[in-house]
Amino acid sequence: MAEAKTADATASETLLRVEDLRTWFHTFSGTVKAVDGVSFSVKRGEIMGLVGESGGGKSVVGFSILGLIDPPGKIESGVIEFNGENLKDAGDARLRDIRGRDIAMVFQDPMTSLNPLHTVGEQMDEMLRLHTDMDASQRHARCVEVLEDVGISRAADRLKAYPHQFSGGMRQRVVIAIAMLAQPKLVIADEPTTALDVTIQAQILKLMRRQIRDNGASMILVTHDLAVVSEMADHITVLYCGKVVERGPTDDVIRRPSHPYTRGLIDSIPNPAHRTARLKQIPGAVPDIRKLPKGCNFQDRCPRVGAVCRESEPPLVATGARAHACHFPLKEGETQ
Amino acid sequence: MSATFLSSEFFHNYKRNASAIAGSIILIIFAVIVVAGPLFVAQDPYDVGQLNLLDSYKPPVWLEGGDPRFLLGTDGQGRGVLAGILYGTRVSVMIGVTAMLMSCIIGTTAGLLAGFYGGRLDAAIMRIADIQLSFPSMLIALFLMSAFGTGIDKVLIALTAVGWVVYARTVRGSTLSEVQKEYVQAARVAGLRDAKIIRRHVLPNVMTPLIVVATVQVGTFILIEASLSFLGVGVPITQPSLGLLIKNGFDVLFSGLWWTSVFPGLFIMALVFGINLFGDFLRDELNPRLK
Amino acid sequence: MTAMLQVENLHQEFRIGGSLLDRMKFTDGRLRFPDTRVKAVNGVSLTVNRGEVVALVGESGCGKSTVAKTIARIYRPSRGAIRIEGEDISSYGVREMLPVRSKMQMIFQDPFASLNPRQKVRDIVAEPLLEQTQGRAARKDVAQKTLDLLARVGLNTEHAGRYPHQFSGGQRQRIGIARALSVNPGLIIADEPVSALDVSIQAQILNLMMDLRDEFGLAYLFISHDLSVVHHIADRIGVMYLGFLVETGPREKLFSAPRHPYTRALLSAAPSIEKTRPREEIELTGEVPSALDLPSGCCFRTRCPLAFERCKVERPTLKDMGDGQQVACHLTDEPERDIS
Repeated sequence: MAEAKTADATASETLLRVEDLRTWFHTFSGTVKAVDGVSFSVKRGEIMGLVGESGGGKSVVGFSILGLIDPPGKIESGVIEFNGENLKDAGDARLRDIRGRDIAMVFQDPMTSLNPLHTVGEQMDEMLRLHTDMDASQRHARCVEVLEDVGISRAADRLKAYPHQFSGGMRQRVVIAIAMLAQPKLVIADEPTTALDVTIQAQILKLMRRQIRDNGASMILVTHDLAVVSEMADHITVLYCGKVVERGPTDDVIRRPSHPYTRGLIDSIPNPAHRTARLKQIPGAVPDIRKLPKGCNFQDRCPRVGAVCRESEPPLVATGARAHACHFPLKEGETQ
Repeated sequence: MSATFLSSEFFHNYKRNASAIAGSIILIIFAVIVVAGPLFVAQDPYDVGQLNLLDSYKPPVWLEGGDPRFLLGTDGQGRGVLAGILYGTRVSVMIGVTAMLMSCIIGTTAGLLAGFYGGRLDAAIMRIADIQLSFPSMLIALFLMSAFGTGIDKVLIALTAVGWVVYARTVRGSTLSEVQKEYVQAARVAGLRDAKIIRRHVLPNVMTPLIVVATVQVGTFILIEASLSFLGVGVPITQPSLGLLIKNGFDVLFSGLWWTSVFPGLFIMALVFGINLFGDFLRDELNPRLK
Repeated sequence: MTAMLQVENLHQEFRIGGSLLDRMKFTDGRLRFPDTRVKAVNGVSLTVNRGEVVALVGESGCGKSTVAKTIARIYRPSRGAIRIEGEDISSYGVREMLPVRSKMQMIFQDPFASLNPRQKVRDIVAEPLLEQTQGRAARKDVAQKTLDLLARVGLNTEHAGRYPHQFSGGQRQRIGIARALSVNPGLIIADEPVSALDVSIQAQILNLMMDLRDEFGLAYLFISHDLSVVHHIADRIGVMYLGFLVETGPREKLFSAPRHPYTRALLSAAPSIEKTRPREEIELTGEVPSALDLPSGCCFRTRCPLAFERCKVERPTLKDMGDGQQVACHLTDEPERDIS
């Protein structure tokens, strides 16, 4: 009984639970296990950073949640429980209903999510028509309100403008406005500021954080940029070759990484506060994801590698809020 | 045909594409005809000494009055239709391929220069191309042939004049995008002169889409040549192509002597069909953007 | 000793709009052919000494890459002097440039687009050297030198016969570095050489570049938008905005005591994993104006929170602050207007 009760309590607090997700792509040259047994959860009101380098599978996780995996890709197994509902088994109609209303997305290139042939106003209005039962004047008022919210002045006029009439940063603001329109519970942002300049990036990040907090929404921030994540996210999940290698509260993970890969990533970033003649580098490159080695995927680049790493794959071990998948995790404060 | 080719994605897709296989079988048959066609028939249709007027207008073997020496019947001069076709296919294919190569060389050069240098040269070349494209190619070819007179060399010139434009436009487009790429800038930093940059760096990278254009164009050229010959302004009567055979037979088509023009017609259809089937496959494989 | 590279008052304009027909416009009932020009670089001067790393930072469209490519004479400058070891190359043609090419080489941004996909690695790396080499015997040596170069950047003999698509981004960048090194240049212009790479690979390439500098006494003109990378690699830094150099100075000075409001804003906007860093918040609003229509006066005034009347009418020039820093800002004359 007591157990059931705790489970209930976590369920209401957890907005999204991804369990053992496997999304594979069956290509001519072999099966790409882009996401291979990824588990994490996102609490209500939380920003979760999904970090990794290219080939880590972080974007595919986002697309899998949204049910946007096209052949040759396939979600092989796993649980995607959103607000108590398993999205993996939900039908296309149900997913379409959820996308935009309950889960919104922000992509790297705003042009991919904006239709160049329609005005911003038309696109915002359509979103509200699909997902709410507001009347025309209510919809217009809401559009103006949200557009002003994201820092676009003369919002009523700008509704009549086409996407190409906005600059890159402004376009990303519009995309965020559209994402927030129907007051989603979860926003999945895939490298939302990677294409932007630092000064614009700072503006957009600040805006996104405020929007998420004000709306009581949660966010999955998919990015390769540890610095961005460390400024934005409450929790981070680090992916390497389609698997979770480490996760935990952001500050904790950045201060005291357990996995040698996380440590390596942090050390690779030149840090103006501690300049050294040489950067600590992770040797080698990400292995070909079609020909992953037996055992740990990180073995060939790892300074702590041992015989067991070449034999068995380290399981994801949780201790408190932290979890890591490593046979020889770093102890607190330990460098490699 | 190394092992890497046989295990490549290209070959894998080819094996699963029925129309590509059908197309290539047709093309292989025609390749055999072009190379060794005369070996299959006893008669040389152009050697007047081998013709016998008594053999004229014999129907195909399976009809009443058919002669086993002439599988597909004979024409008015006692020339075997099959022999005519086997020799005529050679002429048609030779013209199609040669004109394609000539168009390709001239068009590619024009496109490279236009795309690489831009400015007035580009404007001049592309305006000529635009003007030319605003007339049907058949009309231009007809006009040129009536001006020059008949002959294989003249047909080749007319076809090239019609065909270079498509290469020029394709190559110019890809050149414009290649020139923007950093490897071309790297070649400048390496100290290469323009001619060397074009030859070594740009040309190899704009060729792939041309394979598709060139394949399909051979088919188009064979048809244009056939039309010209049919209208009597193509190849000379002494070297009949498939088109000229159709024309020769056409005069007596409605007298019940259908085989003299229908068989050459079927051959030309099969040839162009095979080329297009294979061309479509190449296009899908080599140039996904055109899908 | 003459500087490795000395650029004086470099201007670069690009005409856009294409041919006469494309530019044709009817305005006020008259036919016009407006000649639109992008002013990409507006009077940049800089010096790179032997063995020195000078970085240019700025956001997209600030002209930093154009400066790099103009110095490398991929473009012909509109105005200004480019001196390589004292020799002004700004108006040189292809033939005159050839000997200069052995003193100055370039590393490019895009590891995929900067290598010809149809060339084998050995031919890519040997290309600049072959252009400099006369005679059959000397050409034979090139083959051996190519293999040595590949080994030096961390690739092996086996790699020489492969094509670029068989390599990862980091390895391709190594190939590009080997190509630049082949002629033993004294100066390498590096245009965002690590911005397309993953962080872990970025560190490898930066380390390699620094090792090579020590080994061959190279000077770098390093173009980047990433402040932490620039801080790691550069001895001196120039900050560009809208085609203007707004501030230059030694690395530590520029990072610890930036003077221009734009430099300060850049530094405060850069995200960092370091939470302890004290932050001066100069937050910029709005976006970079178009280089087609530069603002009057100071190029930065449209976004500058500290701008005042004078910024609108008078364009500030770079002033030497006496401590190695140069700043183009009217606030240096009227420090009381500054917030701090």
